[in-house]
This record gives sequence, C-alpha cells and structure tokens, in this order.
Amino acid sequence: MSKHIASPKLYLVILSALMFGTVLTVAAAVRDFGPWNIVIALAIATSKATLVVLFFMHAWYSPKRTHLVIVSAVFWLALLIGLTVSDYAMRQHDVRNAGPPPVSRLH
Amino acid sequence: MHRTGELYGQFETLEQQKETATLGMWIFLVTEVLFFGGLFLTYTINRHYYFTAFGVGGNMLDLTMGTANTFVLIASSFTMAMSVWTAQTSRKNLLPIFLMLTLILGGVFLGIKYVEYKQKYDHHLIPGPSFDITYRINHPARGDNPKELAAERQEIGEALRTEDPENPQGALVALNAHTQLYFSLYFAMTGLHALHMVVGAGLLIWLFTESLKGRFSTSYYTPVETVGLYWHFVDIVWIYLFALLYLINRHLG
Repeated sequence: MSKHIASPKLYLVILSALMFGTVLTVAAAVRDFGPWNIVIALAIATSKATLVVLFFMHAWYSPKRTHLVIVSAVFWLALLIGLTVSDYAMRQHDVRNAGPPPVSRLH
Repeated sequence: MHRTGELYGQFETLEQQKETATLGMWIFLVTEVLFFGGLFLTYTINRHYYFTAFGVGGNMLDLTMGTANTFVLIASSFTMAMSVWTAQTSRKNLLPIFLMLTLILGGVFLGIKYVEYKQKYDHHLIPGPSFDITYRINHPARGDNPKELAAERQEIGEALRTEDPENPQGALVALNAHTQLYFSLYFAMTGLHALHMVVGAGLLIWLFTESLKGRFSTSYYTPVETVGLYWHFVDIVWIYLFALLYLINRHLG
C-alpha cells in the first residue's frame, strides 16, 4: 500500500464536487431531456462513484493489483448485466407470458 | 494465533499485513458489487417491461428526503475519509471525533429512511394485500400539496389507460401488480442498503471504542482503512439507488 497520505484539502474538494454533482443530478432530473434523462442521471452517478473510488478509497495511490480488482468488479458486473439483457432482448416470445399465470387471474 | 503487538505471526511487517487486509477488503467489495448487481439487473429488466408502472412508483417517492439523504451520506463519507487521515497522521484526539461524526451521520440517514418507510406504510405502498397505488390520491391527508396530488392523479390516470384502455377494473389490477413489483424492488434494494449501513454503524462503534484507547496510529490503522473502504462502497451503492429509484422519472411527473 502506498505511503501517500491524501490531504484534508483534497477531501474537501472531493466533498464539494460530490455535493455539486448531487445538486446537478436533481436539477437535470426535473427537466425533460427525453431518452437522455436516464443517460445523464447515470453519467453523473458514475462520475460521483469514480471520485469516491479514486480519492476517498485511495485507488489513485494504490498499487496495480488494487486497480486489477476494481477493473474485475466492473468487468463482471458488465458481463452479468450485458449478457442477461441481451438474452432477454433476443427472445422471440414475450417473456412476460412465460412465467406464472398473470396476476389478474390470481385475484 | 501468535501475535506480537498488532502484528500477526504469518506476516513479516505491519505494512505487509495492511496490504493483505486491504486487498482482502477490495475482493470482498467485488462480491458485494455482484450481490447488489443482481438486484440492479432485476430492476433494469422489470423497468423495461413495466416502464409506465415503474415511472408511477418512482414519482411516489419523496424527492426531498431522498436528496437530503444523499447529502448526509456524502458528508459521512467525507468524515470517514477524515477519520482515516487522522489515524494515518496519529492525531489520536481527533480520530474518535471524526468516527463519531460518521456514526451520527449514518444514524441520521437511517432515521430519514425510517420516516420514508413510515410514509410508504401510511400511503399503502407496502407490497401485500393492502397495497393500493390510488390510496394517496383518494385519501388526501392534511398538509398534502394539492398540486402534487393533482399531478399524481393525472399520472395514474394516464398509466391506467396505458395498462388497458378498454377495461378500467383490469387496468387497476394490472397497475397495482406492476407498481408492487417496483415497490418490492424499492424495499429490497434500499433495505439491503440500510442493512449494510447498520453493519457499518456496528463497525464504527467498535472503531470508536478502540480509538478511545489510542490503538490506531501511523504504524497501525488497518481497521480504520478497511472499514473506510466498506463505508465508501455503501455510499456508492446509494448514489446509484438515488439515481435509479428516485430521479429517472421526475421529468414525466
């Protein structure tokens, strides 16, 4: 692990950036950007998460094996979501009809 | 196990011990990413299929309390980072203060979450036999914003027409089923997140009592570092929960 010690000044800058990101994402959410609303919300969330990982979690100053662990987390998450979503997207039938009977019949 | 001071027998140096423990925590966090990842995946797929109902559900959440909690959690991540810094620089008097601040902010988060859950209970939004997405618009309470209620009524009306324009009764059953799916995921995801906060609070209490004994300093602060990693991870999960559960349908409401 690095001998580097991040300064409180840096932590204050990151804190302000995260607060600003929160204000920005709420301000963007109440405006209509059509299909871009979700993209903007996730882009801001990912920027905030990146700041937390790099500085609060010290990844910026960490050895390469820590970077490998972080990249593997993102990679496996992408596999999990990417492969499942593509499976659902390519089914010929409507998967909503493949499960148990519709709830309306249960009532 | 053989132990000299803080150094366990299988390690050469405290530095090596800390590197090992930190790597172990990071690997644990990878499993946590996939643990929460399964829920985020379930949310993504169901939101795609029941887009309108998930929009109605999302706009039923209290944006003010959600935003306030985001600020509280970010502030607690800052005080946690400061705790690690005070430990690294052997500021033994400051460390318990920052740990306590982190714990208090975590408590405030859980308190606000409780108020939100209670509000959902009062609005009949807990999945189960008494779930009724139209309860709130049909039973306005004192202090409800009439403009907000009117917007909600309009949104639910449009959602009912989307579910089934021919059959209003069937549309209501369908909308209640699909919004229950949203609230099931809402409670599962925020509940699992809150459970992580409770575990984190327990760890902070332990760190706090140890820090009062002056156990952590430049040469040994591994527990502060690893609990810090865990706490920041929980913060990151909330950043995504806030975006996906609270925000993405606001412009439609």
